[in-house]
Amino acid sequence: MLSARNLEVVYDDVVLALRGVSLEVPDGRIVALLGANGAGKTSLLRALTGLLDVHEGEITKGSVSLDGEDLRRTPPEAVVRKGVRQVLEGRRVFVELSIEENLKVGAHTARASMAENLERVYSLFPVLSDRRSLTAGYLSGGEQQMLAMGRAMMSNPRYLLLDEPSLGLAPLMVEAIRDVIVEINSTGTGVLLVEQNASMALSIAHHGYVMETGRVVLDKPAAELLADDDVREFYLGLHPGEDGSGRKSFRDAKHYRRKKRWSA
Amino acid sequence: MSTFLEAVVRGLGTGSVYALLALGFVIIYKATSVISFAQPALMLSGAVVTSYLVPAMGVLLFTGFSFFFSVAIAAIITAALALLIERLAIRPMVGKAVFVVAIITLGIDIAVRVVVNGFIGLGARPIGFPWGLDRVTVLGLDVQIRHLVMMGTVALVITALYFFFQRSKYGLAMRAAALDQEAAMTMGVSVGGVFALSWAIAGGLAAIAGSLLATGAGVDRQLWIVALVALPAIILGGLDSLEGAVIGGLLIGVAEALVGTYQRQYAPWLGDNVALVAPYALMLAVLLVRPYGIFGTAEVRRV
Ligand SMILES: Nc1ncnc2c1ncn2[C@@H]1O[C@H](COP(=O)(O)OP(=O)(O)OP(=O)(O)O)[C@@H](O)[C@H]1O
Ligand SMILES: [Mg+2]
Repeated sequence: MLSARNLEVVYDDVVLALRGVSLEVPDGRIVALLGANGAGKTSLLRALTGLLDVHEGEITKGSVSLDGEDLRRTPPEAVVRKGVRQVLEGRRVFVELSIEENLKVGAHTARASMAENLERVYSLFPVLSDRRSLTAGYLSGGEQQMLAMGRAMMSNPRYLLLDEPSLGLAPLMVEAIRDVIVEINSTGTGVLLVEQNASMALSIAHHGYVMETGRVVLDKPAAELLADDDVREFYLGLHPGEDGSGRKSFRDAKHYRRKKRWSA
Repeated sequence: MSTFLEAVVRGLGTGSVYALLALGFVIIYKATSVISFAQPALMLSGAVVTSYLVPAMGVLLFTGFSFFFSVAIAAIITAALALLIERLAIRPMVGKAVFVVAIITLGIDIAVRVVVNGFIGLGARPIGFPWGLDRVTVLGLDVQIRHLVMMGTVALVITALYFFFQRSKYGLAMRAAALDQEAAMTMGVSVGGVFALSWAIAGGLAAIAGSLLATGAGVDRQLWIVALVALPAIILGGLDSLEGAVIGGLLIGVAEALVGTYQRQYAPWLGDNVALVAPYALMLAVLLVRPYGIFGTAEVRRV
């Protein structure tokens, strides 16, 4: 189990990005992490994978651990070796390397099983398989996302942390990405899925968290989150009443208050 | 015509050594975004180590073997020295302004040269190159053996580097880290390791370059100045391009040799040292046409 406990993260000694966040990613599950821009989703991933240092950030309170083992002082490359891999927001493929070279870099910690992992990734992403020697920078956004995910799968990780994989992608591509996540998960990889696209994330997740200005405000099974009025309103774009449920007026005041809190 | 071609061969010989030096600068620059001014000291150290190893080894196997073998060992020793410098003086400075780190490398350069000078003595130390200034006739051209040795050795080293960067795990990791450090970290690449490796490779290349340059007049305290010619070479080729470093080095070598050969004949009023200025003049001319060098990318600075 990968987990964060009462995590507090500060950037540049002053910017408080996480204010006591707790979250758990059990083996083999899909956990969705939702939240508006600036809520602290990426910061949480960085805390889990040792990347805070790069951004002048540090954990000031709480802990991150893998099977109870403290990860706070573990450098990013060691976190990868332990089977926890993050796909950065914005894909970040190595644009001047070919598709296959990108995948080989992905296998940096697992060279011995590179050949079999290559085959597995190519069968997971046939679009990549067809153009192995193409320069990655020429791929479309969706294809680059696939490459970024395929690259992370090159060490057959135990946990895959995806930071907004659907960002800027057309609906069909979002569906394709979602299907791949399900397939990756079905072979036993635990997934922490950070998303703004709540309907996509909650449709496949087992459990979900909602963050808001550095705190977890909801922590529920995905099905319950899907039914939650606030989630429906702010993340699924559905308004109470629209959906035929008709319980609108008497909750308006409360919604207004929450809305203010959520968009702060 | 043969005067011209002989000058070109001479230029390609020294130019290939400039290419090695330039490669060292570019490899460190691509990995760490810092121009390391410690390269001259590493070059001098390598040449000095070779000059001690060759006589210690005596005559082994065949003519030239002890020289080449010594150069290889000197490259390894100098790479280790570079590793040490990186670990002790450069790594703690990660995150500081690039300019500050560059100045630190300048300080290291001076410090290392002061120490190494003690092993050189006042005059020139012979490097133990078996053919000295001997000449041979190749395809009707009268050329120095050492220029052919330079070309051959450098061709071999560059081929090895090519395979290292194309095929090997660490070569690939270095290319990836040069493109996006944070993304490389999420692949399990240790960026500190990449820094160290870049210094080690640059140190090894500098040692080979220094040993080859000293095949003519031996190692003296002024040898390090030659390493500075690599600066116009990398700017000419494009600061972030390995191909550019090689082409830039060769171009500058040839330009220098041609100016040295013809200037006295056609423009004697310019004086005796124009060949030394030729690299910089060529650099200026290229920069006027291509501001990022021949192979450089416009956005050398990535975020
Ligand atoms: N490198 C940094 N230096 C300073 N502050 C930062 C840094 N990175 C993030 N922050 C701040 O930390 C807070 C959380 O940012 P974070 O990137 O974790 O949010 P996010 O939920 O991932 O947002 P988004 O959906 O826009 O990606 C924000 O207020 C942000 O301004
Ligand atoms: Mg983010």
